Amino acid sequence: MSKYKLVHYINQFYGGIGGEEKADIPAEKRAGAIGPGLALNQAFGDEAEIVSTIICGDSWFNENLEEAKKTVLEMVREDQPDVFIAGPAFNAGRYGVACGAISEAVKNELGIPVVTGMYIENPGADMYREKVYIIETKNSAADMRKAAPKMAKLALKLAKGEEIGASAEDNYLPNGIRKNFFEKKRGSERAVEMLLAKINGKAYTTEYPMPDFDRVDPQPAIKDLSKATVALVTSGGIVPKGNPDRIESSSATKFGEYDITGVEDLTAETYETAHGGYDPVYANQDADRVLPVDVMREFEREGIIGKLHNKFYTTTGNGTAVASAKKFAEEIARRLIADGVDAILLTST
Amino acid sequence: MKLELGYIDIKGIRFDDYNAIEDGVLVVNPDELVKPVLEDELIKSAHFEIAAPGESVRITPVKDVIEPRVKVEGPGAIFPGMIAKVDTVGSGRTHVMRGMAVVTAGPIVGFQEGIIDMTGPGADYSPFSQLHNLVLVMEMQDNGATAHEYEKAARMAGLATAARVGELARELVPDEVEVFETPTIAQSYSDELKDLPRVAYVMMLQSQGLLHDTYCYGVDVKRTLTTMISATEVMDGAIVSGNCVSACDKNTTYHHLNNPVIQDLFKQHGKTLNYVGTIITNENVYLADKLRSSDWTAKLADFLSLDAAIVSQEGFGNPDTDLILNCKKLEAKGVKTVIITDEYAGQDGKSQSLADADVAADAVVTGGNANELILLPPMDRVIGCLDYVDKIAGGHDGSLRPDGSIEAELQVITGSTNEMGFNRLSAR
Repeated sequence: MSKYKLVHYINQFYGGIGGEEKADIPAEKRAGAIGPGLALNQAFGDEAEIVSTIICGDSWFNENLEEAKKTVLEMVREDQPDVFIAGPAFNAGRYGVACGAISEAVKNELGIPVVTGMYIENPGADMYREKVYIIETKNSAADMRKAAPKMAKLALKLAKGEEIGASAEDNYLPNGIRKNFFEKKRGSERAVEMLLAKINGKAYTTEYPMPDFDRVDPQPAIKDLSKATVALVTSGGIVPKGNPDRIESSSATKFGEYDITGVEDLTAETYETAHGGYDPVYANQDADRVLPVDVMREFEREGIIGKLHNKFYTTTGNGTAVASAKKFAEEIARRLIADGVDAILLTST
Repeated sequence: MKLELGYIDIKGIRFDDYNAIEDGVLVVNPDELVKPVLEDELIKSAHFEIAAPGESVRITPVKDVIEPRVKVEGPGAIFPGMIAKVDTVGSGRTHVMRGMAVVTAGPIVGFQEGIIDMTGPGADYSPFSQLHNLVLVMEMQDNGATAHEYEKAARMAGLATAARVGELARELVPDEVEVFETPTIAQSYSDELKDLPRVAYVMMLQSQGLLHDTYCYGVDVKRTLTTMISATEVMDGAIVSGNCVSACDKNTTYHHLNNPVIQDLFKQHGKTLNYVGTIITNENVYLADKLRSSDWTAKLADFLSLDAAIVSQEGFGNPDTDLILNCKKLEAKGVKTVIITDEYAGQDGKSQSLADADVAADAVVTGGNANELILLPPMDRVIGCLDYVDKIAGGHDGSLRPDGSIEAELQVITGSTNEMGFNRLSAR
């Protein structure tokens, strides 16, 4: 069986050329593995080998970014490797950024799978973790013994086209894509262990870091409601009876737009809810409880609002991904603005 | 309270014209067992089927999963306030038919939820795929009762059937016995315990209405204030499920009887921590209820002088608010908190996983992304029916393919992303 071929990118220090004083050397390519590449080759065993090593000064790369990328890409292209591997950069900032940038370029422009490695606080980690696989290392080269097998394992999986596991399984920095896998212990046991660590002031890793929430400032109040066109929008799943567009009861992939011209009241015969996340009995008896068309018509007659917009928009919030909800909202807002709607009453459940 | 659980290992189920447990095999007379179920005038038809691990069988729509147990010593009986008198349970001795469950299934009311595959990729995700299941399939009358009444009829039939089956274990010698003892407040300051961190379990219970309810000693949990219960009472069926919608993260009655947080806290009790009590709190839909219930959680934590707590959630979306409120208020009292949840990160895994968040929630255990897609191949036999697969939470138009295979989110599988930490499934 022939071995998978890899090209390895390292900086001037790991290439044995010199320290900071040599950081301005341009990229050069040498045959075979050098420095950290030897540890990687060892980890690959019989399955893969580094065919060439590109050594590049950190300053030269970062100060001549476009030219550097072009030069290195050409060197990689010549060897047609199965996988490109960079670093690991540990906590070296410019080296980390270079590893991230060149890995991204090789992946996007040459279509070759890439692996790099660095310490979580390396500035390159935040810049590139969502773009390329970055194996998490400790902050110094002393970790090479442990980092090499991790990088090699992921590189081999990529070479073979195998499915990549969750970040915790394949040791890469979380890349913003949540992926399921089976832990060794059940959740309750992990919770007890995490609690004991937290109580005792020991290190633990949360399985889901809290996201930054996207807060939206409210619009200024409407000065004269009696002249405003108001639309109804709901995530409570109210749809014409029979759910003509088959909006899902959970994890909605679409929203519905329905005309309510001349509709004074939603009844059990005409409307229902498609939502699977709450007791549907009361909404099915009288869908106005979720989408208050009856009250809005009253307000319209009494002149409290100018008029009720003749279309309403609906989806099910139940289990629906925030990204989907955002997409629906952008399209709904576009249509409402185009129709000259001044305000919406947004009902949830 | 001190409770002994005596486990009777069940290795198979078969039908015959008598009822017994013979060499670990449950023998049931299905005609006899179904009679009391059919006495309920709301139930049109009912029958039993058997599903064993590894068989090419799909059970759907699943309503509840219940482990047969019987109280052999001590006050009260299994499922107090539901099918037994309301006497306090949780002490004495209880026999458990381990390795099997009574599963209720059939189109009953509302959205028809829950799939258990006994083999194939789906079987890796449901703990009930590994059990010998006695499935009670029911169909309701259409005789003018409300949806809530039909749901109750199905729920009670399942509990009563499990209790009847459990009676067969009364006189048997258990394969294994475990003893659980919860401390009083005074005992929690005994010499052996007083230097260990004081930990409680906060169990959140779904209470959002039809097919989203839970019952404690017969009380609908949405009408309760946050309160305390002995962990051993939970093992005797004091808490039962009335919910199955988005089946992946709903606690069946089986989950309550075998609550893994309770079991794992007991394992550490007296060694690394002092498991001083169990708090139960609801997940109602109104904000005022959420605020009141979470305030009360924090108050009880204060009464107990807790150092730390584990909070388990049930459901997602709306209850994410209750979860975060409980966590924030516990942490604000200085109670170090770990929460157990699951995720709705989208089929591509790129969305925010919870509907609410707070920096105080810095120790999270996850049961996995319920939106992740799974392809369930066709099975040779279907118990129940496939009519509802496109409509259930996690299904979509076209989920059910002509060959009987199902492409859907993990959400459709009963118990797949359980938030008591019942499973090994997780996500990063």
